[in-house]
Amino acid sequence: MPSSLRLCVRRSSAPDGGEAGTLVTLRLPSEVECIEEAVELVTRHCLAGHAAPRKTRFRLQVVLSEAISNAIVRGNREDRDKWVHVRAELDRDTIRLHVTDEGAGFDPAAVPEPIRPEQLDEANGRGLYLIRKLVDAVEFNERGNSICMILRRP
Amino acid sequence: MGFHQTKDASGVAVLQVEGQLIVGNRQELKDLVQAALEQGERRLLIDFSRTGYIDSSGLGALVSISKKVREAGGELRLSGLNEDLRSLFELTKLDTLFAIAETPQQALASF
Repeated sequence: MPSSLRLCVRRSSAPDGGEAGTLVTLRLPSEVECIEEAVELVTRHCLAGHAAPRKTRFRLQVVLSEAISNAIVRGNREDRDKWVHVRAELDRDTIRLHVTDEGAGFDPAAVPEPIRPEQLDEANGRGLYLIRKLVDAVEFNERGNSICMILRRP
Repeated sequence: MGFHQTKDASGVAVLQVEGQLIVGNRQELKDLVQAALEQGERRLLIDFSRTGYIDSSGLGALVSISKKVREAGGELRLSGLNEDLRSLFELTKLDTLFAIAETPQQALASF
């Protein structure tokens, strides 16, 4: 059985007149068995209270699974002493998902495009490409151990 | 999340992906196909009618499986991809690598 996940949800009522929002944080261990549950938890909170088309749910599930999987396998190298941190900043128009690992980071610019004909037979290398195709914007921190995926609500 | 293995009346080995095909279970699917090949199966169908989502590891596993089946002189078909799942194959151009049928029945008829 996977170790337990630690979820925290905070809703801001914006008393200062600013826009109300929700912050969801989830900490999970570097175990691939945890990915599916983490994806379902975060997806559910991202879509709570919003009428989301099936396509939005699917995209969220795929990019979350992809980013968490990268963080566990490539970032933390499945080291049980390291954690993956998911942070979802939600408001009426936007879903902003940060996935951070405790690894050394990588250079996203050095990842080759996986769709060239000579690359099609390769088993790896499609993750980041898929994320870029399924969300509206992608950002990385300088160290390269934290990805931010931005989806605008339809 | 799991796999359901059956054999069609015409002798095609059918593997149904139930739930997700992701980094946590892709090896299980590869092992199932490997075992089927070792048992002499040469016509294989992987059906996604009951699949939620696939990540890049799952797509990668399918690429490896496709190679293995080809090297063994076998044939592989995919079926049951809904619009969302199919978009993953199209975005990655993998729709050009696989023989994809709309339904398992159509896939079985095409062997």
